[in-house]
Amino acid sequence: MKVGLFVPCYVDQFYPNAAKASLELLEKLGVDVHYPLKQTCCGQPMANSGYEHLTKECNELFIDNFSGFDYIVSPSGSCTLHIKEHLHSDKNENSATGIRNIVYELTEFLTDVLKVDKLNSHFPHKVGLHQSCHGQRGLMLSQMTELNAPYFSKPEFLLKMVDGLELVDLDRQDECCGFGGTFCVAEEAVSVKMGQDRVQDHIRNGAEYITAGDMSCLMHMEGVLNRQKSGVKVLHIAEILNAG
Amino acid sequence: MAVFEGKKHPDLAQTFNADVERVDWHDETLWWVRKKRDRAAYNILDWELLRNTASAIKDDVLSNLHSYLQHFEAKAIKNGITVHWASDAAEHNQIVHSILTESKISLINKSKSMLTEECHLNEFLKKNGVNVIDTDLGERIVQLAEEPPSHIVLPCIHKKKEEIGELFHEHLGTPKGESNPQALAAVARTHLREVFLTRNAVITGVNFAIAETGEFVVCTNEGNADMGAHLADVHIACMGIEKILPKRKHLAVVLRLLARSATGQPITTYSSHFAKPRGGQHMHIVLVDNGRTRQLSRPDFRNSLKCIRCGACMNTCPVYRRSGGHSYHNAIAGPIGSILAPNLDMKEYSDLPFASTLCGSCSNVCPVKIDIHTQLYKWRQVIVKEGYSTKGKSAGMNVMNFTLSSPNVYNMAGKAGRWFLKNVPFAVNNPLNPWSKQRDMPAPPEQSFKEWYKRNRGK
Repeated sequence: MKVGLFVPCYVDQFYPNAAKASLELLEKLGVDVHYPLKQTCCGQPMANSGYEHLTKECNELFIDNFSGFDYIVSPSGSCTLHIKEHLHSDKNENSATGIRNIVYELTEFLTDVLKVDKLNSHFPHKVGLHQSCHGQRGLMLSQMTELNAPYFSKPEFLLKMVDGLELVDLDRQDECCGFGGTFCVAEEAVSVKMGQDRVQDHIRNGAEYITAGDMSCLMHMEGVLNRQKSGVKVLHIAEILNAG
Repeated sequence: MAVFEGKKHPDLAQTFNADVERVDWHDETLWWVRKKRDRAAYNILDWELLRNTASAIKDDVLSNLHSYLQHFEAKAIKNGITVHWASDAAEHNQIVHSILTESKISLINKSKSMLTEECHLNEFLKKNGVNVIDTDLGERIVQLAEEPPSHIVLPCIHKKKEEIGELFHEHLGTPKGESNPQALAAVARTHLREVFLTRNAVITGVNFAIAETGEFVVCTNEGNADMGAHLADVHIACMGIEKILPKRKHLAVVLRLLARSATGQPITTYSSHFAKPRGGQHMHIVLVDNGRTRQLSRPDFRNSLKCIRCGACMNTCPVYRRSGGHSYHNAIAGPIGSILAPNLDMKEYSDLPFASTLCGSCSNVCPVKIDIHTQLYKWRQVIVKEGYSTKGKSAGMNVMNFTLSSPNVYNMAGKAGRWFLKNVPFAVNNPLNPWSKQRDMPAPPEQSFKEWYKRNRGK
């Protein structure tokens, strides 16, 4: 099984440990992982700002980088969803369609493709799981509280395999953190208030760490936590699943 | 709306956020309504089937609107109702005014109608010498405060009971400092009884109109539409043309969804059917387009017209709860308002589709399954293409595109966050930048993942 690892641009630049953990975790599970060196970005920052028409070159570059894999895996629900919904090509729509069908967010790749039922990881801490919206409501990694439907959560399923880890219950289990891409600066007041409220829910319920499938939500919440000089830390879910 | 002085959502939301206590209370109150809605939804085993069914009924309505409207008109006329057609807000207001002029009535009462808010009917009638009193309690409160409603179901949800007490003291003579809701409601009741008894014409909204029978249904919890209509000689019902349902039996689906989605109640206290005028009464219906046919012609946005105005998307929206309805500067606030408003005036409302994180909760609670967050994304594309973005933003996006489209430029620029710190919108390394106002920047690592990979795994 040949897997291409897609590392979102801001993870590459600011959070290399989340990418390293994703790589190592997949390797530990016996996957043949490749990281195409000419990758940059999925194009979402432009598209969500209303400039999807500027993403054609990013799309072609993505297709060049990620053709020829059995699967493409990314430690981001948001970027994965963007590729799944918006990757198209004027030159080669067949390749784009092929990629849209084999791109997976990391946790769903572990549960749905690798069918992981055991992890040799150890993380003896109280952890709050933030459900990143694009992963949850877009990729349906977890059931959504708005719906009258049976509960499930792929990231939670994996976290429960981690030795010593205690998941804390939140008052609002799937409310948005307020990052929202350019929303976080364009709508600074509301974005920050959402971030403060989300972080407070985790703190109130005793979390030592906040984890999520998306580093962007965590970057926003970390910004709020650090400004408050809080001792609560953020970690990408791959770093916890790979810990030990 | 003039009261907002041309300000856009980010500024209006920032003003709302200056009062943290109010924001927290607003957020908690609406979240409580959302939880109440959840319990109501979880108690219906077939809830998701019900939503699918309602969505299909409304899809059919939108695809066959012309014939359902004609059926409705013919039946309503047969029932003795006078039917009027208005192409826009101005024509709607003129029609209402001319009915009142013909009837020589200048004092009227009105139950809640978002359509008349959309058309700014109250202002128009006031200018033309007609005195309107809103009889929905929340609407009456915002009317006394000379403000527009901030929520389509809970018009004065932005006001605390002490502020309402102050308004009642000023306008209805309650004792200074009285803010007990029961005491205030009792005074409002007496005040409104007087209004019902002395005003000879009523305007009501319409929740649903039935093509099969020519009747219309008005849902209220306070019974104020009924009180108004039963005592008035002239009843004018104003409705958007998308409010039509093919048959009475379809009410069995939408009425089960409406109140549960709105407030978590099984049904509104009153779901009143008006089929024909009683002896001596004159009943009018004004069918209003006001941009609806234009929206119907937009393939990406037409199904926004399925909306039954329950407000569930507002209650669940984390942005709405923390920015308040007035920050949307439109009669209909929140996620649904943000996909309806650009159709009315793309320039004026170009900010609204961006007042969202695209979290998708709105689409999940919508009882008629409007893909609200997808439409927000699509409106963003339209607004930029139609030229309603700023030059600065376009320039920034072009720089971003230039860098992210080329691995070489990206690698050169990227060296452990250097370019990102300067150029990515959420990471502008400048004390004045909006990110850093209330958040710390991530510390750039010694090397990017790509640099680490080349050193450690490079082939």
